[in-house]
Parts: sequence; C-alpha cells; structure tokens
Amino acid sequence: MFKEMHDLFQWAWLIPFLPFLSFLIIAFVTKRSKRLSSTISILAILSSLSLAVAIGLGVIQSGEKIVEHPAIVNVNWLNIVGLQIDFGTIVDPLSAMMLFVVTLVASMVQIYSLGYMHGDEGFSRYYAYQSLFASSMLGMVLATNLLQLFIFWELVGLCSYLLIGFWFFKVSAREAAKKAFITTRVGDFGLLLGMLFLYVKFGTLDFVALSAAMNTNIQDVAVIGTAGYVTVMAFLVFMGPVGKSGQFPLHVWLPDAMEGPTPVSALIHAATMVVAGVYLVARMFFLFDHADPMALQFIAGLGAFTAIFAASIAIAQDDIKRILAYSTLSQLGYMMFALGVGSLTASMFHLMTHAFFKALMFLGAGSVIYAMHHKQDIWEMGGLWKKMPITGTTFFIGVLAISGVPPFAGFWSKDEILAHALHNGHPIIYGVGLFTAFLTAFYMSRLFFVVFMGPEKKENHPHESPWSMTIPLMILAFFSVFGGFVALPEHNFAFFIHYGTFHHEPIAWGLAGISVVAGLLGIGLAYATYIKKAISAEKVAAQYSGIYKLLKNKYYVDELYLWLIHHIMDGLAKILYWFDIYIVDGVVNGLALITRGSGRVLRRTNTGQLQTYAMVFFFAVVIIFMVFAFGEGQLSALNPLATLGGVK
Amino acid sequence: MTALPTVSSMSMLLPFTLLAPLAAMLLIVFLPKEETKTIKIVAAMGMLVSLVLSLYAFLNYQWEPGGMQYTLTIPWIPDLGVNLALGVDGLSLPMLLLTNLIGFASIYASWNIDKRVKEFFVLLLILIAGVMGTFIARDLFIFFLFYEIVVIPIYIMVIIWGSTKRVTKEYAAMKLTIYLLIGSAFLLVGMVALYLAAGANGNPTFMFDQLSARQDLYSPAFQKVAFALMIVGFGSLISMFPFHSWSPDGYAGAPTAVSMIHAGVLKKIGGYGLIRLGIYVLPVGASFWAPYIATLAVISVLYAAFIALAQKDLKYVVGYSSVSHMGYVIIAVAALNPTAATGAVGMMFAHGVMAALFFSMIGFIYEKTHTRNIADLGGLAHQMPRLAIGFMIAGMASLGLPGTVNFITEFTIFMGVINVLPVHAILGIAGIIFTAVYILRTIANVLFGPRRAEWDHLTDIRGPELVPLVIFGFVIFFAGIFPNVLLGMIDSGVTSSGLAKVLETVSQAKIGGLF
Repeated sequence: MFKEMHDLFQWAWLIPFLPFLSFLIIAFVTKRSKRLSSTISILAILSSLSLAVAIGLGVIQSGEKIVEHPAIVNVNWLNIVGLQIDFGTIVDPLSAMMLFVVTLVASMVQIYSLGYMHGDEGFSRYYAYQSLFASSMLGMVLATNLLQLFIFWELVGLCSYLLIGFWFFKVSAREAAKKAFITTRVGDFGLLLGMLFLYVKFGTLDFVALSAAMNTNIQDVAVIGTAGYVTVMAFLVFMGPVGKSGQFPLHVWLPDAMEGPTPVSALIHAATMVVAGVYLVARMFFLFDHADPMALQFIAGLGAFTAIFAASIAIAQDDIKRILAYSTLSQLGYMMFALGVGSLTASMFHLMTHAFFKALMFLGAGSVIYAMHHKQDIWEMGGLWKKMPITGTTFFIGVLAISGVPPFAGFWSKDEILAHALHNGHPIIYGVGLFTAFLTAFYMSRLFFVVFMGPEKKENHPHESPWSMTIPLMILAFFSVFGGFVALPEHNFAFFIHYGTFHHEPIAWGLAGISVVAGLLGIGLAYATYIKKAISAEKVAAQYSGIYKLLKNKYYVDELYLWLIHHIMDGLAKILYWFDIYIVDGVVNGLALITRGSGRVLRRTNTGQLQTYAMVFFFAVVIIFMVFAFGEGQLSALNPLATLGGVK
Repeated sequence: MTALPTVSSMSMLLPFTLLAPLAAMLLIVFLPKEETKTIKIVAAMGMLVSLVLSLYAFLNYQWEPGGMQYTLTIPWIPDLGVNLALGVDGLSLPMLLLTNLIGFASIYASWNIDKRVKEFFVLLLILIAGVMGTFIARDLFIFFLFYEIVVIPIYIMVIIWGSTKRVTKEYAAMKLTIYLLIGSAFLLVGMVALYLAAGANGNPTFMFDQLSARQDLYSPAFQKVAFALMIVGFGSLISMFPFHSWSPDGYAGAPTAVSMIHAGVLKKIGGYGLIRLGIYVLPVGASFWAPYIATLAVISVLYAAFIALAQKDLKYVVGYSSVSHMGYVIIAVAALNPTAATGAVGMMFAHGVMAALFFSMIGFIYEKTHTRNIADLGGLAHQMPRLAIGFMIAGMASLGLPGTVNFITEFTIFMGVINVLPVHAILGIAGIIFTAVYILRTIANVLFGPRRAEWDHLTDIRGPELVPLVIFGFVIFFAGIFPNVLLGMIDSGVTSSGLAKVLETVSQAKIGGLF
C-alpha cells in the first residue's frame, strides 16, 4: 500500500513543473493569442490541482506512516567544495495541505481572471505571470531544503513584483511594486544570513537533516557552540517571514500592493505568497523550538502586535481593497502568534481557512469593483446585495467566516489559536487575540453593511458579474463554510499536522463561546452604527479626532520610512558621490596635474600627455626596481642586470 | 623548428580560438571601407568561430583529472625562459568562454555603428583577441604581453567613438588608459621581481605553475612586497576602492562595445590575476594583505552601491554598480579558501554576462533616444517591450535574483567568506539591499510609468540587435538553473590546479569564530 503511494508521491515535481511549462509556452509561443494562452495556463493549473488532490488523498490514506516518514526525493543541484545543495520534493501532510490550498486558489483565481481581466491589453502576459507564480509557489512548498525554499521564495517575490506592477503605466503601481520588492529584501537579508550560519554550523540546509542534527547535537557545545548561536540563527531566519508575511515593522508594502489587479491580490497578497513566511516558520519550527524560549515569545508578541495594529488601522480605511489588505496583515499576525505560542497545528489550520475566506472576499471585492467600473471607495457604494446576489451572499459567508461565527471555517481555526494561547500560558496574547477578533468582526461587517446594504446610490448601475467570476466565488464559499470541519474527525487536521507528539485534544467549547460572543459583538456594533445609525460614526471620529487621524494615516509609519529614505539614505548617497568626485577623483586629477607640471619642468619640449605619463611610469618602475634589486637582502644576491639583458 | 613538440589537433584548439578574430581582422583590413555590411559580417563570423571553439573546449574539458588542457608550449625566448605556453583549466576556461560570448555579442551591439566602421571593427577584434590571450596564457610574460595589447585599441576607441557627458571622452579615455598603465607598471615591477627571485636556482621561468612551485625561494618579506605590487596593479584593474574612479567615467565615455568588453571581461583580468598570480604564487603575501584587502573590498561594495543611488546617468549607475559587485569578488579572494575562490571566479563570469547585457541594452537606449539621463527617459516598456525584457533580466541578475547565475555565485562567495571574515561578510551582504534599491529605481524610472509621446517613434530592438539579449539571457538562466555546469568546472579547476592545496597552507578558517 505505502509502496504504491510512494510511487505516486514521486511525481510531485510535476505539480510545479506544469505551470512552469505553461509559462514557457505562453512566453515563447502563444503570447499573441489571448485565448490560447489563458487556456494553457488554466489547463496546467487544473492538472496540478488534480495531482495535488491525488497526493492529498494519498497522504490521508497513508495515515501515520507519512506523518513520521515524509516521502522525499532529492537530486544533486550544486556540488562544490564547501557547498552541497540538493533540489527535491517533500511530501508530508503539511506540504500536501499547502499544495491543495495553493492549487485550488490559483485555479479559482485564474478562472475568475478570464472575466475580470477580459479585454486587457496584457492578457497573455498576465497569464504568463500567473503560471510563473503558481510554479514558484508550489516549488517553494515542496522544497526539501532551506536554499531551495529561498530560491522559490525570491521567485514568488519577483512574480509579486511583476503582478503588482502589472499596469506599469500607473505611477502608483510602479512605486508599489518597487516598495514591495525592497521591503521584503530587508527581511531576506536576515534570512540569507541565517541560512549561511546554519550551513556553517551544521553543514547542511536539508530540513530533515538539520532537524536531526539539532536533536542529536543540541547538548553538544562543541558542535552547536553556545545555545545563543541557535537563537541568533532563529532570529535571523525569522527576519525573512517578517518581510514576506508583512509583520510589523515591514508590513508597509502589503497595503500598497493592492495596486495590482484584484485577482492578484486575492491569490498572492491574501491566500498564498504572504503566508510563505508562516509556512517557513512552520517548516523550520525545530529551529525555533531549539532556540531560547524568548525566540518563540518574540514571535508571539510580534504576531499579536501586528494583529491588533493592523486591525485598528482597518477600521478607519475607506478603500475596499485596503480594508481587506489590513485585514490580511492582521490575520497573518494571528497565524504568526499561533506559532509563537507553540501551536503549529492551529497556525496551519488558520492559514488554510484564511486562504479560503480571504480569497473569497478579495474576489468578491473584485466583482464589486468590476461592477462599479473601478471605484474602490466603500462610501460610493451601497445596496449592492440586491443587484449582485451571488457576490453579496458569498461575501457575507466570508464575513461570517472571518468573524468566527460557527460553523463557518474561521470559527474552528480562530478558536483553536485562542485556546492554545490561553492553555500554553499566554493570557495577554489571548486577550489581544480576543480583542482583535472583535475588531475584525467590526470592520468586516462595516465593510459589508456599507457596500452591500443600506441605500443604493443612483449614479451606480451595477450588474452581477459573469459566470467565470461567480463560479469561483461559489466554490470558495463552499470551502469557507465547510473547510473547518476537518477539525472534527478522529484523524483530524491536528493528527496530520503537528509538531512533536500528537495528543488528541477536545475542542474547548467554553472558550469558543467567548470568542463567538466577541465576534457577534463586533458585528452587532457595526450593525448599530452603519445600519441602524444608533451610533454616529462621524461623531465618534470627531470626538477622538487625534486617534482617528492616527489610524487613518496608518500610524505615520510610511511617512517615517520615506523620511529615512529621502533624507538619510539618499543624503548619504549624495555625500559619498561628492566625496568620490571631489576627494577621490580630486587626488587622481591632482596627481595628474603634478605629473603634468613636473613633466613640463623636466622636458619642456615634450607636451604630449601620454608620453609624459609613460615617462613617469618608466622612472617609477626603474626606481622601484632598483629598490628591489639592491635593497632587499634576498634580491641583492642576484645580478639583475645580467639576467635581464639576457647577455651571457 | 625541430624544437616544436608534436602538435596534436587538440593543442591547436586554443591558437585557433585566438587567431580566428585576428584572421577576421586581417580580412577586414583588406576590405574597402564602404563595405560596412561585409565588414560586420566578417567580424561576426570570426567571433562565431572563436565562440564555437571555446564552447567546444568548455564542453569537452575533462573535469577528471582536470588541470591544464589543450596545452601548447613553444619555447620563445629560451635565454629568458619565456615560452609561448597556452592552456586552460577550470579557472580560465569560464573566462575564455565569457570573453567569446561578450566578444560575439559586442559585434551585434555595434551593428548600427556608421562612423569609420572598418577601423572600429579592426580595433574591436584586436581588443577581444588581446583579452582572450591573457586568459589562455600559462606564462606570465605572455600574459603581460596580451594585457599590454589591450590598452591601445581601448584608448583609440574611446577617443573616436566615445561620448561626452559629465566628463569629456578625451578625459575618460585618458583616465582609462592611465589606470591601465599604472596597473601594468606595478605589475611589471612585481613580475620582474618574481622572475628574478624564481630564477635564483639558475633556471629562469615565467610559467605560472613553475613560479608557484618555487615558493621556498621567496622569503615572506619578498612575498609581502611583491603581493602589494600585485594588489595595486590588479586592484586598480578590478576597480577596488580607492583605485576605482576610472571605471564609471571610463564606461560612460566609451562606446557600447568597449563598455561591454571592459566591464564584462577586461576588468576580470584583475580578479583572475589576483587568483592565478597573487594567491597561487604568493600565498604568504596574500594572507598578510588579506584583512586589508577585505576591508577595502567591503568599502567598495557599500560605497559604490550608495553612490549608484545618486546617479542620474544610466551608464554611471551600472559603472558604480560594477565597482560594487567587484567588491564581492575581491572579498572572496581575500577569504583564501576554495569555496570563496570558486565563488569569485563564478561571480566574475556571472557579472561579466550581466554587465555586458546591461551595457548593450543601455547602448540601444542611447542609440535610439540619444539620452542616458534617467529623468528624461521613462515608460520605455510601452514602445520597446523586448528591450525592456533585456533590461529587466540584466537588472534582476544584478540584484542577485535566484534563478540567475548571479545569485548562486554570490551565495557561494558568501558561504566561503562568512566563517572566515564574518563581519566583512555581514556588511557586504547588507549591500544586497541597496543594490535592490538602485536597480529597481532605475528599472522603474526608465521602463515603467506613463507612456511618453516623444518616444512613440522608436522601434523595438530586432534582428541582429537581439543577439546580445538572446545569448546573455540564455546564459544567465541556464547557468543559474544548472549551476554545476559552471561552478562544478571552476571547483575542479580550484582543486586540480593546485590552488586548493596552496590555500590550505594559509587557510584562515576558524570555524565558529563569530560567536
């Protein structure tokens, strides 16, 4: 049985390869035909989806065996003195889950884009990028070692850059793309360093081998050095996820990334790429586990801070996509602090459910923007549910899911995170998480009520979007409703995906009740404010205008960074350039002047510059040569002139 | 002529590679100067022969046992021990291939030249042959001879076909030439000193391997002084801070083909020389100077990256960028271990391909728009998508994007450096952030943004103009995705040439030295 499964798992490389092939075909052959390009791309990703489903089922069938012994295939990629790197695929429950999520959302987004991107000049280019992204993301999920992961990690970053800047004629899109790349690069600097130190210390970057090396050598100071070494590496590696998964203070790129086409935001900047950082921490969890506890505590603290920080900004935003972007940041913080409190299971569970409902809401927002002819301000919308029933209903499912209303998907995962935070002894984190859940329910409901309920605006003439866009919404809605039930059976989500030994934990219904109440309170408050108008949002904003301004302006983090870049970095650049021209070059030109001057003195008849220089060189050579020949003890034994002249 | 050894077909491979462009050059000399098309085709054919031969040499090279292959040794001046000795190993073969790749592409990058076409291609071919010669020489004297050949065409080419921007082309040409000459003056002294010291046993030689084998003849004091001469000579060639200031001015003044060859390969003679002559022959001197060199290298990396941020002219951006990138090569040389040495040679190859692509794309932009001022450009991706792709590939390679050969070679360098010189390494790696900033700014401001009506008349690159993009694009990704092809060969070169053994004697490795 297992033998056959292993044969199946060996074909996992096809999952990233097919989209890559599609990228090549579109780029070099079919780019002139929009229909052909999109067909090839969608066929490729659907094939990958089927394979991912097959592998997922295989993993479920293999049960315990695959949990303990992942199916790994490796081939040598680079083999030189001091650096041996493999490329390969790892199939275990974690990667199988990610494969399914990525291929599913990518398929939905690509089908949806048929409608959304219809008529765009760069339609084929769009599908080429989509295929390249899918390929890189899937390659990253399957990576067997940290360098392989890093390579695909950067490639998804490239795709993100290309897709944010897809409409490159827009200055805002161009700037946002650049910002995303550079901000994540800051994090990658740390990740790169961590990777180098890990290799220096352990001689491998392979996840399995690294984990084993740490387990056996953790007490051995001669191998590990001080325990602090592992902790430093943990912090360095964590810098990568801070950038990629938009944790404070490197979160600034994600809201701007909304300049890209909306399906891109759904796929890359909500469901898949931005969770790469969370996935990396999960893959490397043994590193954080072996480091000083303060490493995990730091992750928990930073995650919780990001969660509440971003949620608080979200309540004061007016752009439909930006609200969703800050919501994504906040939910990423959730996943991160779940890891920090030691629950890999809860984090990955939330990663999965979040991918479903956030992709759903982004695509829903895209459907709205499509209908509103690219208006994005929620206050210009209203009463859309009647005109767009499918979009409205599915969006509402998304709102309920993210607010943690049972039995929707988000309820299960969010509850699991909060329960673990409390059980593992982090009451403050739990409190922050609970309050964030309340805020989340509030701002998502606010968005929903303002856009879909309330009075219609007569200047708008919205229509429901075409089937290519609504079918993906329905499919994602299905998963947003039922996706959480994987927590229920005996061989549940936690059985397959966990760190350390597995204990079957019953669901803490009491705690779940509290978080449900928090969610309902949020929804209720939004209802009272924006539907019943019992509370005046304007008055509240006016009363706390300082706080409102702070939130509206995103705590002025962007302004701070811009100041640093324009004044410190560019200022230093200008100073150094001045130094280079006037000091370094000044010395050179000065020497040239002196040479020229002395040349004139020495040989007044000779005015050609080149000869002058050549002469000076010649003298210099002779002088240095003389020093050599007669100065150094060793050389003076020789008779240089005889040898040089070749006279015997 | 009886002294000639038996010449097998293989041993004629390198002479033919070297002579193909010279044969084309001679042919062009006899062509009427109005036949510009024929001249270009002849030049391209000559380089094609050379490229194919060097590619064959690359693919046919035996990693086991490695060492110098396709060797040819003809005694030339027996009294002085000078041999016309040619041969390549894993260190020089990538550089030879690089020279031919860039040489071939540079012909096409110059396809639209219409001023004194005949002279231009004659000089270009001499230049390429000269560079090639330095990499296939196994004899220091020959090496130096070829190196001197290079200087003349460059000077003339910048003066006649160059462009005047921030500095005049005359100034740029003078600066380039003088630096090359200063470098060679120091090298000449070092070379003669080395020759005398090695000849102390009464058996004078210029052969690299012989010079290396006679280390017991060099006192530590001698090694220190001789290596210092090398580092000034080769250091100014590879534009190490503070000897770098020729590089941005020189590239800005030079015509496209010269910029490509100069930044792509000529500069690498500095790094190659430091390895082949510096470390290989004078390891004790190298290990004495290594910490100072590493510090200068890190300054090069960061200093030049920052200055690149403040540039307004495209060629200056790439010029300073190449100073910054060469800092990585120098720091790898200073790390004195096989991994770093492999990375250094690999990076020279990778940077060469990238810089040549960058300069050829900038050349086309300048040719079409008549400006290189970043602020005047913008939105070029609208009118010239293919050029934009080439520019993007060069930019992404420059910032070390994985999948390009530049990433894996940089990574190899970092790997080799980090446990020897951790602080230098960390500072150097921080350079990748600033590299990303100036590259992405440049890309954004040149290619993206709103469509500008004034560029609507431009035609995208096509036909012969596509050759640099196709060649370099292919090499960048192929060697990036299958790094063993390049790095495996260099690694075999480091081991089989005896360099690894030499490095062992001066190894600075201190595992876990940081914590």
